[in-house]
Amino acid sequence: MPTFHRRLERSAIGFVLAIIGVSAIGGFVEIAPLFTIDETVEEARDMRVYTPLELAGRNVYIREGCYACHSQMIRTLRDEVERYGPFSLAAESQYDHPMLWGSKRTGPDLARIGGKYSDAWHVAHLINPRDVVPVSVMPRYGWLQRNALRFEDLGRHLAAQRALGVPYSEAMIANAAADARGQANPDSSEAGGVAERYGKATNIRVFDGDPGRLTEMDALVAYLQVLGRLTDAAHKPVPAAGK
Amino acid sequence: MDVDHDSLVAFAKSWGLFYLIALAAGVLVYVFWPSNRKRFDRAKKSILDKDDRPGE
Amino acid sequence: MLSGLTVSERQLSLVVLGLLAVCGLAMIGAGRNDDALGTHGFIVLGVSLGLTFLVISRYFDPEPSQERLSEYYDDPTRAGIILAMVWAVIGMFVGVWVAALLAWPDLTFDAAWASFGRLRPVHTNGVIFGFGGNALIATSLHVLQRTSRARLPDQFSPWFVLIGYNLFCIIAASGYLMGLTQSKEYAEPEWYADIWLVIVWVVYFLIYIRTLQRRKEPHIYVANWYYMAFILVVAVLHIVNNLALPVSLGHAKSYSVFSGVQDAMVQWWYGHNAVAFFLTAGFLGMLYYYLPKRAERPIFSYRLSIISFWGITFMYMWAGSHHLHYTALPQWVQTLGMTFSVVLLVPSWASAGNALATLNGAWHRVRDDATLRFMMVAAVFYGISTFEGSFMAIRAVNSLSHYTDWTVGHVHAGALGWVAMITFGSFYALVPWMWKQGRMYSPKLVEVHFWFALAGTVIYVFAMWNSGIIQGLMWRTYNDSGTLAYSFIDSLVAMHPYYIARTVGGLFFLIGAVVGAYNIAMTIRMARAAKVREEAGTDVPLPRPVATAMQAGE
Repeated sequence: MPTFHRRLERSAIGFVLAIIGVSAIGGFVEIAPLFTIDETVEEARDMRVYTPLELAGRNVYIREGCYACHSQMIRTLRDEVERYGPFSLAAESQYDHPMLWGSKRTGPDLARIGGKYSDAWHVAHLINPRDVVPVSVMPRYGWLQRNALRFEDLGRHLAAQRALGVPYSEAMIANAAADARGQANPDSSEAGGVAERYGKATNIRVFDGDPGRLTEMDALVAYLQVLGRLTDAAHKPVPAAGK
Repeated sequence: MDVDHDSLVAFAKSWGLFYLIALAAGVLVYVFWPSNRKRFDRAKKSILDKDDRPGE
Repeated sequence: MLSGLTVSERQLSLVVLGLLAVCGLAMIGAGRNDDALGTHGFIVLGVSLGLTFLVISRYFDPEPSQERLSEYYDDPTRAGIILAMVWAVIGMFVGVWVAALLAWPDLTFDAAWASFGRLRPVHTNGVIFGFGGNALIATSLHVLQRTSRARLPDQFSPWFVLIGYNLFCIIAASGYLMGLTQSKEYAEPEWYADIWLVIVWVVYFLIYIRTLQRRKEPHIYVANWYYMAFILVVAVLHIVNNLALPVSLGHAKSYSVFSGVQDAMVQWWYGHNAVAFFLTAGFLGMLYYYLPKRAERPIFSYRLSIISFWGITFMYMWAGSHHLHYTALPQWVQTLGMTFSVVLLVPSWASAGNALATLNGAWHRVRDDATLRFMMVAAVFYGISTFEGSFMAIRAVNSLSHYTDWTVGHVHAGALGWVAMITFGSFYALVPWMWKQGRMYSPKLVEVHFWFALAGTVIYVFAMWNSGIIQGLMWRTYNDSGTLAYSFIDSLVAMHPYYIARTVGGLFFLIGAVVGAYNIAMTIRMARAAKVREEAGTDVPLPRPVATAMQAGE
């Protein structure tokens, strides 16, 4: 044993391998089983994917660092369930590349924020949070209303997501830009295809109050309004599998 | 994948423990092996040498 | 410092800088539809052209003498110390700013780049990677050579690592201001920055291994074990957690290959081990060298340091899942993470105890020497925050502490009390050696820095402990009728005084760092003046050197 360790130290390479070996096993043992987790994750047959507009909104959410202050993970604790709604299931974030569970609640959890407030409330709140919540410490996000949304390349974003396993169809990818415009303008000819491809439950509205322009505000509000509403799995009685 | 979730979990739970014990034993044997004492003592003191040039 | 490079090293530098410039051009081309990638292309191009110009200006200097081979190569360490202090001031300034934003949210001026969500990663990355990373690179190169009694294998690769690493930090920080982030905490930079860091890291690792193989000491001193674990494990963590698919080669944006629960586990496996191997292992390497050196006493127990090394290396890897208690992560993984987090206290306290026992018998020096006191306080805070960490990893405690400011307080007890204190202590020991001075410019200012740093840390940590626990309790308090007693907004209002207190604590710490940076700059200037005097061969005081004073590392 001692001669072995001495030789290990003599050749620095052996030492390197020892460190990698000793450290890597812990991570491997713990993480590897999670990749077979679909066997135990609750099934959510009604799970929908994000529309191009919602995905773009999600990217705005990431860009502005919203995850630094808002979690999207309701824990299995009584007070959290009563405050925010049914606890989060693994299935609900199965298409989230990356996940946005968050680690800090400077502001409240957003896992089930969708549908709780009106679009107009969200827009006003994002432009100046203190107009609607006087003691809020959230930053203003006025530029979201001013910036036009970059939507031409959303097809590529969907294609990248599909390559990672999110079930987007060819038609969804091909029509991504049109669907983004259509979802925020129900009177346009492009609106029809959105419900057809993404389901009847999809919100098709003028999110930012201005049908003429497709803004980052449209995208972010569309995303916030769909949080927790992609599947009803969490609202059903607790399934046996999972824990 | 052929390996199912439960067997992976069982493997992780049991062998992880054996691995921990084996590693602890190995490190302790190495550290307290009598003939290593001299090298450790030298290592401990060597950094306090005042010489500030690479060795020949 | 450039004329210290041999002619072939100068040629190699030009080739590498040329390649880097080509990369910059390619990024500008690829990013013409995506302004962030293009902007980064311009930064890369600008840095490579600027450095090319510097190398060319010294290209025809005479070849350095062979005598250099009988000395250690410390220029990169000197530059690394300066860079670390620059990043410390930047990172901590932004930290105070974001802290103030939570008390006075309109300090953003309605500018996108100045909003909390974009500034926060500038703060976290600025202090962890900018300050901490540069400090680790600088000290590791110093410790590596001394403990191996061997000079670095060449003069080009340490510069490549140092400059390349800082380029990574610049790309990261500027990216956050533009809204570029992968959203994975402490792994925010996008794919091209990640790839660049891998290249830099491989060269860093090769420096280490090549020097170790040339070592004149039979045994590898334990400080190097910790530095090596830092380099190796951070590489593994970085590569796995950053696996992502770019939208296209012309997009800065990428999507993580993992999703949902796997992504959460990989992220916190990374996140917790970044704490373990970046903020703990690397800085323990610092502790195991500079503390005995400064105290002029050998480490209390060398054996204990080996045991705690393998304990930390082994056990930290399992602990990450304690970030995900009560979430959708399977419960057995949560329990495993909790168990190992608690057991981790053993090797952690072994290290802290070893450091304090080393000082036993030298307490009078701790009393008189603020530098040694920095290191002593660092060891104490290391002990406190590892205890706190194990405690918070217990599921029942975590149900209260998670998502609250308690976590922030815990992190800062570690980051300010342990990481920054051990770094400042090591720097105050190292700077006079590196610039061949008997002491720092002003030992009094070291004392001033110490008290600002300690007061700042204590104010900050107490503020966050209070706010975190109040917050956690308010969220779970029920009234008599069985409904929740407080709205979320009630808890937010209760935080306000603590958010002001933490801003003050942070400001104290920042002031200390500024004092430290000034003291180091003045020490360098002192060395400059002494050198000029020596070369002039007289004892006459010279006119104050103004223009050349700050450019250190030459």
